Amino acid sequence: MILELLANAVSTGVLLGCIYAALALGLAVSFGLLHIPNIAHPVFVVTGAFAATVFNAMGWDPLLVSLPLALVFYGAGIAFFEFYSRIYEKRGEADTMQALTLFFGVSLVIETVLVMKFGADQRSTDVDYVGQSLVLGPVVMPYRLLIPALVAPVMVTALWLYLKFTYAGIAIRAVAHDERALSVSGINPGWIKRHAFGLAAATAAISGAALVIVGPIDPFAGRMQIGRAFAVVILAGMGSIPGTLAAGILIGVTEALVGAFGSPSWAPAVAFTMLLATLAFKPSGLFGASR
Amino acid sequence: MSSRETAMDLAVRRPGRSPSAGRRSLVFALGCVGVLALGVVLTRTVENPYIFFAGYVVIQYVAVATGWNVLGGYAGYINFGPTAFYGVGVYTAAFLVKAMGAPLPVSIAAAGAAGALLGLAMGWMTLRVQGVYFAIATIALVVMAETVVHNIDYLGGASGLALMPPQAPAWAGGQPQFMLMVMLAIAVAFVAAARWIEISAMGRALRALKASEVAAECAGVPTFRLKLIACAISGAMLAIAGAPYVYYASFIEPGTAFSLALSLNAIAMPLIGGKRSWVGPVLGALLLATVQQAASVTISSELNILVVGVVLIAFVAVAPDGIVGIVEKLTGRRGA
Repeated sequence: MILELLANAVSTGVLLGCIYAALALGLAVSFGLLHIPNIAHPVFVVTGAFAATVFNAMGWDPLLVSLPLALVFYGAGIAFFEFYSRIYEKRGEADTMQALTLFFGVSLVIETVLVMKFGADQRSTDVDYVGQSLVLGPVVMPYRLLIPALVAPVMVTALWLYLKFTYAGIAIRAVAHDERALSVSGINPGWIKRHAFGLAAATAAISGAALVIVGPIDPFAGRMQIGRAFAVVILAGMGSIPGTLAAGILIGVTEALVGAFGSPSWAPAVAFTMLLATLAFKPSGLFGASR
Repeated sequence: MSSRETAMDLAVRRPGRSPSAGRRSLVFALGCVGVLALGVVLTRTVENPYIFFAGYVVIQYVAVATGWNVLGGYAGYINFGPTAFYGVGVYTAAFLVKAMGAPLPVSIAAAGAAGALLGLAMGWMTLRVQGVYFAIATIALVVMAETVVHNIDYLGGASGLALMPPQAPAWAGGQPQFMLMVMLAIAVAFVAAARWIEISAMGRALRALKASEVAAECAGVPTFRLKLIACAISGAMLAIAGAPYVYYASFIEPGTAFSLALSLNAIAMPLIGGKRSWVGPVLGALLLATVQQAASVTISSELNILVVGVVLIAFVAVAPDGIVGIVEKLTGRRGA
């Protein structure tokens, strides 16, 4: 009985953790690699989720429609990065605190626009597999968790391969490492950063669709996820893409165990506690290069 | 701060007290007394109680914005979770009122201590690494504080708590009048404290730290300890500003104690007013809160947040020194 509970808590935790990793993946690029503290990223994800519900209402599958939406988000991300860099990078040295305030303001504005457009109620998607579960012996995995959770390993692998083996991907890692060296070698760091920020925004469209399959969300859902998303990125170690998956699962499993054996109402505190513990005792994270 | 003033200058320079500085302090002290006296006169003469409720909110914002600015403006460390501290103040007072019917001064002192401790704890864990981590941790702190309150049945959990706070003393002329006077006294004390920090050695060290942390450290400024102190003072101020709310409203719930609007305003007011001196938060708070109080009848709270958000983005993008900065640029002089 207790083993069954444990097995189910762990499997649910792994699935939840995958979804957290998907949420945080864009942040792992923008914050982990580009050092842009985009606290608006979770709100981008929520925007992606709302876009998915709009197309779902027309009969589209949320995950399939999120792929073309990712292109739109890529473009929007580039435009937003242009706005951001016009303000900061040209003013001389970028002021992180000012940038944080800007992102804070932007996330508020997006949230409020969502509330005014869709109302403050929760919205959800309608897909065939909701309500059914995959049963493996004592472990029950609902498809509404399992299918969006599979998105995370796919995205993480794709992004990792892209950063490892393509020209632009290597350039992104190079800009994270040393911007000036990159420009000496004849690549425009501005272009590479814009591209990387666009990619980070594009992941928000897909992880938003994944998030809204898991359960209904409201325009303020991003706020709960800010701490979680940053906890994943910092616990993983700045810039570690595969580490994002591991850190997400670690947080997800801990939350599920706290929920199963303690009380579910304490689950939101888990990510915060792990974030603080990482900052206090191992700021470089699990897989981060020491700086 | 002018770009020519380096961190080294600020940390090393020891300006002698000029006679005009002493005169300015005297004028400031007289101004504080004048504001308090005006408050007493108004609570005696104005009949309409709505004025006191609205006035309380506006003056509370002056206190909150000033408290936030000690860390956010002087040290340059943005606290995105001022409501976490404010809420801790509210719930500390609520606990004391429920447990022993504590009088207001006891609640205020306890809230201040709780806020300072929370600030120290947060600062100790996050201020040693880059400032961005502190900012992120403060966002998560609000969720954490709310989770804790949700889980404490004694404090009413998610559904809130109705309280019977001790009544105002008879000489005050009623609870709304009394609460307005209390909040006014707190706000004036905060502004005076902020001004004192600004002109003291601590303010100079904080400005040096803000300009360049490495240079300040090299010039002998104990940066980590200084950041911790600023964090504790700011946390205490925010919590103190929350404590009287229990006596003002007699019903509290997590939604209002940790409200988003308060967080947004606490950050937006100093940034819009100007975060370099005590004038900025006061100006920003009076301006924004008065407009919001006047407009709350006509526009929805969503639109309200949207407008503040857009104005905040505009100021951050175009006028990072706020209204005070614009005025100084127009008149061509730099303030104290």
